[in-house]
Amino acid sequence: MKNGEQRIEFTLNGDKTSVTFPTFKTLLEVLREELNLTGTKHGCELGECGACAVLVDGKPVLSCLMLAVEADGTKVTTVEGLADDARLHPLQEAFADCGAAQCGYCTPGFLCTAKALLDKKPDANRREISEALAGNICRCTGYIQIFEAVEQAAAKMAVKK
Amino acid sequence: MAKRTLRVGYPGNYREIEVDSPDAEPAPWDADSKLAVVGKRSPRLEGADKVTGKAKYTADVKLQGMLVARVLRSPYARATARSIGLAKALKMPGVKAAIEVEKEARYHGQAIAAVAAETEAQAEDAVAAIEVDWAVGEHVVDVEAARKPNAPRVHGGKNPNERGGEAQNTATEEACVTALKKSHATVDITFTTPVVTHSCLESHGSVARWESDGSLTVWDSTQSIFGVRDGLARGFQLPAEKVRVVKEHMGGGFGSKLGMGQHSMIAARLAREAKAPVKLMLTRKEEHLAGGNRPSSVQRVRAGADKDGKLTCLWLQSHGTGGINGGANCAGPLMSLYNCPVRRLWHADVITNASPAAAFRAPGHVQGMFALESTMDELAGKLGLDPIEFRKRNDQNEMRQAEYGEGAKMAGWEARAHLPNSGGRHKARGLGVSASIWGGGGAPGAQARCVISRDGAVEIQCGTQDIGTGTRTIIAMIAAEELGLKPEQVLVKLGDTTLPFSHGSGGSMTAPSVTPAVRAATAAARGRVFEACAKSLKADADNLTAKGGNVVAKGGASIPWAEACSKIAGANVSEQATRAQNFRGYKDGTAGCQFAEVEVDLETGHVQVLRVVAVHDCGRVVNPLLAESQINGGIIQGLSYALLEQRILDDATGRMMNANFSDYRIAGPKEIPEISVVLFDVSNGRTNTGVMGIGEPPIVPTPAAIANAVAHAIGKRITDLPITPDKILAALGKK
Ligand code: FES
Ligand code: FES
Repeated sequence: MKNGEQRIEFTLNGDKTSVTFPTFKTLLEVLREELNLTGTKHGCELGECGACAVLVDGKPVLSCLMLAVEADGTKVTTVEGLADDARLHPLQEAFADCGAAQCGYCTPGFLCTAKALLDKKPDANRREISEALAGNICRCTGYIQIFEAVEQAAAKMAVKK
Repeated sequence: MAKRTLRVGYPGNYREIEVDSPDAEPAPWDADSKLAVVGKRSPRLEGADKVTGKAKYTADVKLQGMLVARVLRSPYARATARSIGLAKALKMPGVKAAIEVEKEARYHGQAIAAVAAETEAQAEDAVAAIEVDWAVGEHVVDVEAARKPNAPRVHGGKNPNERGGEAQNTATEEACVTALKKSHATVDITFTTPVVTHSCLESHGSVARWESDGSLTVWDSTQSIFGVRDGLARGFQLPAEKVRVVKEHMGGGFGSKLGMGQHSMIAARLAREAKAPVKLMLTRKEEHLAGGNRPSSVQRVRAGADKDGKLTCLWLQSHGTGGINGGANCAGPLMSLYNCPVRRLWHADVITNASPAAAFRAPGHVQGMFALESTMDELAGKLGLDPIEFRKRNDQNEMRQAEYGEGAKMAGWEARAHLPNSGGRHKARGLGVSASIWGGGGAPGAQARCVISRDGAVEIQCGTQDIGTGTRTIIAMIAAEELGLKPEQVLVKLGDTTLPFSHGSGGSMTAPSVTPAVRAATAAARGRVFEACAKSLKADADNLTAKGGNVVAKGGASIPWAEACSKIAGANVSEQATRAQNFRGYKDGTAGCQFAEVEVDLETGHVQVLRVVAVHDCGRVVNPLLAESQINGGIIQGLSYALLEQRILDDATGRMMNANFSDYRIAGPKEIPEISVVLFDVSNGRTNTGVMGIGEPPIVPTPAAIANAVAHAIGKRITDLPITPDKILAALGKK
């Protein structure tokens, strides 16, 4: 480890992972640049757009605002870890089916944020959905198909239980 | 050319016309065509890639030995760099190249110099170490101030800041004055609209790599791979074949990524200096400062109507600024939508020390429609006419006439009179309408190739790009229709200049330009498969069709698609086609209308849009799921423009004060109304597919419909966008 570097150990998408990186790097940068997980996007790097949202211990976190050192010992889930092996998560399936991903650049952030919501509140209504997603910006879809996708996923998950 | 008779029009209103279509092309689809794939809701083919994070954007490209670039931008709205010192920056750790870009800064955020280093942090440090000896000049960013005779000249010397005058074939002022005098009702209103930025979620950016043979490969977040290719070839004086531009996925463009951006040139120059690949992605701040914008407008509209509710005069005097260049004309709707005997346009582009404008989803039309349709409501009020009735009396477009009927039903137009008082205490509701107008008929020249292999695999190659709209999926659907296959059985290759040429994706041109070429190429390749397998079916190739995954002979004999393809001599058949001229079909241009219902909080001035009903046509609808997505997205961008967005420049410093997403607000999940979309399926007989574009039409009417709804709710008209709470309260006399 060089001067000015840090090493952390955490669980990333279910796998024990250790990574070394310059101490100043955000979790977003470490995911994308050191770990090559480019599914998590950057739209502002100021905590204003939600494109970089990931789950840290199940909670949605803007990874551009979190230093990677803070992730030591946590469980981090990114869009790459939402699917169960080859089976897409119901949210992923619904986003693809409903046309909720237009350019798709905002999609990973919406998926992670929506997953945190449905994990906590599987029967969320449209108001609660828009409330939970309020920190995520999409410039393409007009959000309607995103709402529909979250509702469709929630319905599917309810049946499965 | 072959003469073909087609049934054209829309449900309830069809007629037959004769068109000349190229002999080599399949017979154009018309109202009687029974299609199995086209017209069905079909999810995007790349959906799985986009929801798993596999889809690669320019921002995600990572190459061996790749450097990261950062740009030094002018902190001044007007300044000259007497010298740009790169020596110190070049000695910083990790720095591999530094270049000068421009010495004359004419706006805050103009690129001055750039560096490439091993890491982003090193590049940022190096940019901070560039030494510039600035001579700060005088700037002007306010559009009215820039028009004054003593204003600082943005382009120096005697160049005026204002460029404009009368349009050609426009009525004289005297004719307008006379017409207005004779009118039964007149209005004279000045409307203003702000500068707004595209705010694509993925910023502009490029990754450039010079190959050992002196050729250049560039990955670019662009709406026009061939535009970037040609720009770079010119910039480096290379033959076009020596430049390859690739774009697999991109995070939005909306017009700001048409043509080559300066960042592409910078990345390629740095890569050449450094002898290593270079990535340059703009930051959010740079995106606001220099990524393009929609020009502002000041529109004085004088209009009149006679007592039968017929327009007598439309007179637009307008100016606006697209920064250091860029036209701000927004007269399209006023000059073309309604019948009117006397029409006059005087317009001036005002040059200011602000970043240059770029095409933005329906350039000019969004601003212009807001002014025109607000005017129409005011006139209707003076005439005591229902706003829709007034519009219909002046609108010849039979499709829009029908669309008004459909939309009014859905929006509850009859009950409109009771709305303002139905919101409860401290709330007022209103319902407004606006027309939409746009072209979107496509252009000749787009090419596509269809390759069918012996194993039955089908590949369409087309150098267009999917900017998020679903072009990939639409191409696959057209080919699948022609071959009796499923869209997922067609592999679509696009986004690479080594593929057959296609235009940039702007002007709602992609689907109408590309689909006819794809269909023609596929039909030709299919013909070759038929020839190859005809013997096994004991039939004439002319008597074969492809459907349901089989090749079927007239008598009923059939073989599976893969078996038919196995008869191909050689590895594959390959056919290329070029998109022909539009035929003289039923109709050019698209029509539409939207209705917006709003609730205004009379205490806070907050406007919530409750519902939008959108009725649009775009020729043959290839995939309603994608078309609706375009409409939803256009409406919300229009809502955002109507209520939230504006770039704020500080007069004193010339700097942008809100170059981020918290001070430059765009509509988020909580601002979203219920949206009902009605798609008019129109058979237009203008190409072999009859497809038209729908990217732009849906943003055109939304701001006007919302403004009309607000005026209906509170009985006062806001003429200055965005309609913010302070303006509502001021109009209500509460401020
Ligand atoms: S990139 Fe983190 S919120 Fe925008
Ligand atoms: S799909 Fe493009 S930003 Fe959301």
